[in-house]
Amino acid sequence: MPARPRLDAANPPDISALGRRGAWPDGNSWGSMTDLSRRYDVLVVGGGNAALCAAIAARRAGASVLVLEAAPKFYRGGNTRHTRNMRCAHDSATETLSGPYTEEEFFDDLLRVTGGRTDEDLARLMIAESKEVLDWIQAQGVRFQPSLGGTLSLGRTNSFFLGGGRAMLNALYLTAERLGVAVRYEAEVVGLDIADGMFLAATVRTEGREHRVEADMLITACGGFEANIEWLKQGWGEAAENFLIRGTPYNRGTVLRMLLDAGVQPIGDPTQCHAVAIDARAPKFDGGIITRLDCVVFGIVVNRDGQRFYDEGEDIWPKRYAIWGRLVAQQPGQIAYIVFDAPALTQFMPSLYPPITADSIRALAEKLDLDPRALEATVARFNAAVRPGTFDHTILDDCRTEGLDPPKTHWARRIETPPFHAYPVRPGITFTYLGVRVDREARMVMADGTRAANMFAAGEIMAGNVLGQGYAAGIGMTIGSVFGRIAGRAAAAELHRRRNARRDAA
Amino acid sequence: MTLHTPPGHASAPLAEADRLMTVCNSCRYCEGLCAVFPAMEMRRSFADGDLNYLANLCHACGACYVDCQFAPPHAFQVNVPQTLAAVRADSYRRYAWPAALAPIFDRNGLWIALIAALAVAAFIAGFVAWNDAAVLFGTHTGPGAFYRLMPHDAMVAVFGAAFLYAILALAMGLRAFWRDIGEPAATLAEPASLWQAVKDAATLRNLDGGGVGCYGADERPTDNRRLYHHFTFYGFLLCFAATSVATLHHYGLGRIAPYPWWDLPVVLGTVGGIGLLIGPAGLLAAKWTRDPALRDDARFGMDAAFLAMLFLTSLTGLLLLMLRATPAMGMLLALHLGVVFAFFLTMPYGRFVHGLYRFAALVRYAKERRQMAEAPAGSA
Repeated sequence: MPARPRLDAANPPDISALGRRGAWPDGNSWGSMTDLSRRYDVLVVGGGNAALCAAIAARRAGASVLVLEAAPKFYRGGNTRHTRNMRCAHDSATETLSGPYTEEEFFDDLLRVTGGRTDEDLARLMIAESKEVLDWIQAQGVRFQPSLGGTLSLGRTNSFFLGGGRAMLNALYLTAERLGVAVRYEAEVVGLDIADGMFLAATVRTEGREHRVEADMLITACGGFEANIEWLKQGWGEAAENFLIRGTPYNRGTVLRMLLDAGVQPIGDPTQCHAVAIDARAPKFDGGIITRLDCVVFGIVVNRDGQRFYDEGEDIWPKRYAIWGRLVAQQPGQIAYIVFDAPALTQFMPSLYPPITADSIRALAEKLDLDPRALEATVARFNAAVRPGTFDHTILDDCRTEGLDPPKTHWARRIETPPFHAYPVRPGITFTYLGVRVDREARMVMADGTRAANMFAAGEIMAGNVLGQGYAAGIGMTIGSVFGRIAGRAAAAELHRRRNARRDAA
Repeated sequence: MTLHTPPGHASAPLAEADRLMTVCNSCRYCEGLCAVFPAMEMRRSFADGDLNYLANLCHACGACYVDCQFAPPHAFQVNVPQTLAAVRADSYRRYAWPAALAPIFDRNGLWIALIAALAVAAFIAGFVAWNDAAVLFGTHTGPGAFYRLMPHDAMVAVFGAAFLYAILALAMGLRAFWRDIGEPAATLAEPASLWQAVKDAATLRNLDGGGVGCYGADERPTDNRRLYHHFTFYGFLLCFAATSVATLHHYGLGRIAPYPWWDLPVVLGTVGGIGLLIGPAGLLAAKWTRDPALRDDARFGMDAAFLAMLFLTSLTGLLLLMLRATPAMGMLLALHLGVVFAFFLTMPYGRFVHGLYRFAALVRYAKERRQMAEAPAGSA
């Protein structure tokens, strides 16, 4: 076994070797097959933004690091694949950000979207660190661009990844690889050996075999359980069978389950998930951004019985975006149909699937397999209730219905100009809220309130600490990058402390 | 899966490009990478002309494939560079003038090799037929050395005709492209759009993967195609400049070729010629090692033939320069002239046209982008 490098914050590895070919003095080389039989300082479970930030931070602080990603290489990174921006506080405009976004404003936004369900201490820490992370993440090769077309409202607060989340991941992996971080794909952690809050080893299944992998520190950054339908059923019952999962099938929550079973303190509502209404024709998994629909405001939404069930004009994006998944989940068969007429067709972002189209409401109902009379009656009742107003979908305008239940309180226009269009929608699950409690070091907190000896968590698996409910665009990536970096640094620092203590004792 | 079914398109690659643009237009993560995606966002539906425009705007850097969360093996099977490469190559055939010669694009490598071989053979045969063996294999130096083997006026007549024909055929192709994409002719005369396109083309701004470089063998942006293309393009320009200066020397100053090594035409031609050796060789090597997912292998012959012609034009020219004072000059001159003649003739029927259509697409894009910037916000 090669000699270990002296681990000392004052004596980090020679980062000047970045980009050059070769091997690190501690025996980590890149390009070669990862060795699962050797012992690593830090084991990172997961392969997304949080995991890579943790791995890079720990590696830069002198630790040897192994990353275990359950997915194949193409699907690496879980939900990070589908992201496009992160929300970081900044004091002034930059090349890609149109204006300042103060820590205070960020905190206010967080309070608003979570309804106060956040750990203020951790939230303020995250926001303060996000400033530095904006530069740090770029130093790891991630590139930004001005806000994407159709998302101009986020141009001041959110930094958009040039090329999207997969481009961001590619950059992080290249940096990790150059630093000598060992990465293994299709390596699922199926068992954790934990004794009294002390991680000893993980059981890893890869290429049909199981390996016992020991490490001094454990960082779990492997997401939630949104792809685990059976687990979702615990909160949603059989309705979960009809949910579509927006990310990869690999976010099954296996490690989260094992941690909770090992006595780590849970945080976040175990039944809740972030659900948006997406095109019902989307594949079961990994449909990503392109199956989302944001046209609820332009028409009415009916259920399987052809009946409206909620005020389509309640609020502007993005709030309305996040409530419709839940609303559709509560309807029979977990399906609904957004119905609108010809003038609205070009007023929103195009999506993957074309709308279902017919020349009359009756014919549309037939195509949708709805009761034609019920849909005709619903549309007629709605049209009769629409009051005159000036339509403007960018503000809460004065177009509303009167004497209708439920009402449409804004953007109500008669559905009268053929051809008529409809999009079938189902709940699309983005992420889950249940996670493990952590402290300011991203160190796991045990059920009895003590700190775990050597276990840290970052990203979605601990997002519930700061995001008790709701969502704000880009905040998942902030949680991942900030707590990933904190976890990586903290794990390396803990390693230094122990080694130095042992040396002093000897 | 019931993906968006494209309406009638002229070919399978066009139908696939339509499907992809619909996917991409509902994602838009790649809009910062190059000109293709912003141009796409200005449209909601994609007719053949739109797709041919986008395909010729694409510089094939590969970044959007490497960055795409829906690339194969994902069920959505999004591979924009490869699909647009196929559409682009088909568009060359579609715009060929006269249309009867369009089939040259089908087996382009073979055709160009044949034409080149025939042209070289014709020049050698001509040199042999018109010249005494003593002259053909003699040593000639001083002004007019070349013209003892082929009279200057004959050279001007043959190459002038070939060049003018190429210009005519290229212009007709450009006209067909411009009509197909539905852009008014006046756009090609807008100074602001032209200047922007010149800058974009001169720097290959759209071949840098949005800043890191373009992609070759894998997800590492280490490809040097932009550098090699610069060698090729500027080498070609220098060679063209050498010929132009020589023409001025001849008619303006009455100075007759061959010129001494320090004279401007020779210096320009030598430097350009070296570029035309390094560039095409590098581009060909890059093509070979590129990730097959990014290649349009069906058109390998077309690309290789064009690169080979550039390389041979330069190689024969440099050899002629080096050996012009030896008895080998006669045959080398025939060889060089044969290759250059074939190059002129095949310009409108090979990969050369990419520069023309791509530049024209950049002109249109410059105009569209300016219009977008001037339009009031939210009116898109």
